[in-house]
Amino acid sequence: MSAIDHTGPLTATGNLRRRQRVDRTMRALATGAAIFAVAILVIVIYSIAQRGASQLSIGFLTKNPTTTINGTGGGIKNAIIGSGLIVAVATAMALPLGVLIAIYLTEFSTPRMAAPIRLALDLLNGLPSIVIGVFVFGLIVLSSGETGFAGSFALSIIMLPLIARNTAESLTLVPKDLRDASHALGISRWRTTTGVVIPSALSGILTGTVLAIARAAGETAPLLLTTSLFNPNATSFNIFGTSLPNIPLDIFNLSESGGAANQASAWGAALVLMAFILVGSLSARAMLARSRRMMSR
Amino acid sequence: MRRHFGDRFGDGVLFGLTVLASLVAMALIVAIIYQVINGASLAVSTYGLSFLGHTTWNPVTNTYGAGSFIYGTLVTSGGALLLAAPLGIAIGLYLSLLASRRVGAVIGPLVELLAAIPSVILGLWGIVILGPFLRSSIESALHSALGWIPLFGQASLTGLGLFTAILILTIMALPIIASITRDLFLSVAPELKDGALALGVTRWEMVRGVVLSSTRPGIASACILGLSRALGEAIAVLQVIGGGSQSLIHGNLFANGDTLASRIASQILDNVTKLQTPSVFYLALILLVIELIVNLAARWIVHHYRLPDQAAT
Amino acid sequence: MSDLSPTRSPESNMDDSRSEADAVSMPLIAPLAAEQQSVSIETREVVFDLKDINVYYGTALALEGVTMQIYKNVITAMIGPSGCGKSTFVRSLNRMNDSIPGFRLTGNALYHGNDIYASSVDPVEVRRRIGMVFQKPNPFPKSIYDNVAWAPRILGMRSGLDERVEQALRGAALWDEVKDRLKRSALGLSGGQQQRLCIARSIAIEPDVLLLDEPASALDPIATASIEELMHQLKRDYTLVIVTHNMQQAARVAERTAFFSLEVSEGKRTGVLVEYDDTTKIFTRPSDKRTEDYVTGRFG
Repeated sequence: MSAIDHTGPLTATGNLRRRQRVDRTMRALATGAAIFAVAILVIVIYSIAQRGASQLSIGFLTKNPTTTINGTGGGIKNAIIGSGLIVAVATAMALPLGVLIAIYLTEFSTPRMAAPIRLALDLLNGLPSIVIGVFVFGLIVLSSGETGFAGSFALSIIMLPLIARNTAESLTLVPKDLRDASHALGISRWRTTTGVVIPSALSGILTGTVLAIARAAGETAPLLLTTSLFNPNATSFNIFGTSLPNIPLDIFNLSESGGAANQASAWGAALVLMAFILVGSLSARAMLARSRRMMSR
Repeated sequence: MRRHFGDRFGDGVLFGLTVLASLVAMALIVAIIYQVINGASLAVSTYGLSFLGHTTWNPVTNTYGAGSFIYGTLVTSGGALLLAAPLGIAIGLYLSLLASRRVGAVIGPLVELLAAIPSVILGLWGIVILGPFLRSSIESALHSALGWIPLFGQASLTGLGLFTAILILTIMALPIIASITRDLFLSVAPELKDGALALGVTRWEMVRGVVLSSTRPGIASACILGLSRALGEAIAVLQVIGGGSQSLIHGNLFANGDTLASRIASQILDNVTKLQTPSVFYLALILLVIELIVNLAARWIVHHYRLPDQAAT
Repeated sequence: MSDLSPTRSPESNMDDSRSEADAVSMPLIAPLAAEQQSVSIETREVVFDLKDINVYYGTALALEGVTMQIYKNVITAMIGPSGCGKSTFVRSLNRMNDSIPGFRLTGNALYHGNDIYASSVDPVEVRRRIGMVFQKPNPFPKSIYDNVAWAPRILGMRSGLDERVEQALRGAALWDEVKDRLKRSALGLSGGQQQRLCIARSIAIEPDVLLLDEPASALDPIATASIEELMHQLKRDYTLVIVTHNMQQAARVAERTAFFSLEVSEGKRTGVLVEYDDTTKIFTRPSDKRTEDYVTGRFG
């Protein structure tokens, strides 16, 4: 082998100068990509905040829409109520089911039994929300018409895999010692699960639920197929009897109908929805960080 | 004795409930597939597979076909993947290997927040801000510079069309690819990275030779999951892609198009002819099959190519 | 091969993954390698000239006031209790600590007269000249051939690559075992073979120095013996620095030994260099009480 001088100054030798240029370029590109993504986020959020803020007032949140010759004005009270009801009922269905699935996966099942369930959850999670909407449309709407509940049902299918997966993850983080200690005291399995395992995983379950709610609150496609034929200017609480107005469809309808007043209302509704989702995601993230710290202590 | 019975009863109830819930999850998948097939049956028996190649959809003339939408789905999702994959992987690399811990802790969550923006809001943004911007500044410039490529045809009048849809879908797929690949790159053993750096290679050479090459299946699966997101997006695409009842198969990115998901959303509430709803279900069936294949492929790649030695060393 | 200890038979052809730990009895305090060395150390060329090196992690002082010279074509061992900073110190010599958040080094670290931490220095160039082998064998998930050929290709040593790979594998006493399966995955090799592959990978780019950070601590006795034997061969071409927690190993392979210790004061733990001398002297007539306690097993 040829002798290489190792005693010279420790600056780039051979082809290193060129290689360092490539390295710098690639680093710059990667950094640029990250900046690009953050810039998109900032631009979108800024657009929403800037255009929505001019709409925002107490009245926007507490009044129902009014239709004038210029387009839609007034507020989005009925949509806030409708969205709240639809998502609440969806959560009430998805949360217990998701937690039970998670308990089965972590406390009872063998790996063999868990595989098809995990597959089903993965597939549910990977299905486009429009297909879930089509499913509920065929199952409920075709025979008994649109209702807020049909929307809740569709959203609960979207929430289910998110809640189940997050809960299962936080249940597996519960130390085995805790279960063993409880079993050693002669405490039955269900008491251990409900009294020890679930409480110590509560913050994880809560985080998963909040994230699922944040995701469901913005879903539009399933609601378009299940709860879109509503009186835009009236409030309804009758979730099982009628379609309920809701924020995502308000934004969708207003954005599609054109006109300055309609678009302004759409931005206002978008700001309300985005604020709700941001608060939800950020608080879930904060909870997660806190519970991780507690666990690792 | 009673407490004993109570405990056994409680154990049984809890076990039963959890099994039941798990069965519900599996039954849902089966029910969804069944319902979509069932709803589509009239259209399937009427058109058969020729539905896939028929390119016009006009309820007024009672003609239905998925060809234009399959094409539009492939073009928009493929285009989005082409843009989102390199960007997302680059962001994954930045977050896992370049950014300091403090900077990464800020930028990582911000990139993930991008995924939290509801599609309807991204669509609104596409209509009001991105579309007009593209029309006035990008599309005409691309057309005059690269117009000899059929892709960059006459700029659109509204800023709506395939190109806008591709960019919106890119924004949606990007955070998925970025956060999966970030976790993937973080999982590469630090010993491998050190081992490479100790040989006098640059950081990028280490990334290319060790990090990227040992995580290829995971990267592929991340990109497929990003693609899956793009394939299934209905609302935002509906808002920005334009649509139309004529054949939408053409090479011009700046012209209208439509996708399976978006056409389902725009057509399902109409019922002009008896075949319309079944035809929409047929579109949903095609989309469902594509999505199932894509998601199973992503799983298969990860399981099949999981290097048994990676855990061992 | 003259400096091999006579009690050890060449095992390089054995498949050391199948050996059992108790199948071989290792000589406890082996014939001291240093005894076979009679060249006066002072006449050797200095590779590293280190003066008053302090290493900080954030505000914590991890290593204080290390001053020593490391000589060419000599095996220098760093011993001491765990946490004494010997690994930190060695990783500082080729700037492998750069990526650790909060790492800072003060003092004068000269390599062939060039300050390793000068601002004009390219850390990649430093590592290109000063290679490193790690505690856990870390072959890349590539073929045996590509493990060795990867860095030379990047560094532009493309001509005669096959010969270079063979040379490196021969140099690491691995060629005979792998010459028929160069295209197979390196991860199929035994632990000892993997570690020798990592050495082959390092010497394929013709470095000047090889830093070995506890290279045998994850290996069984037979594999350990073959690594030690290999080190004796390697020192003809390279300057070797080995970190080890195994005193006998230091005694067997090194001509010079540095003993590091951990000073605890006010709850702060700082590594210091206690004594640095010929290995024979360190193990038979240490001048510091702490060294004596350590090498005679009264501590650690």
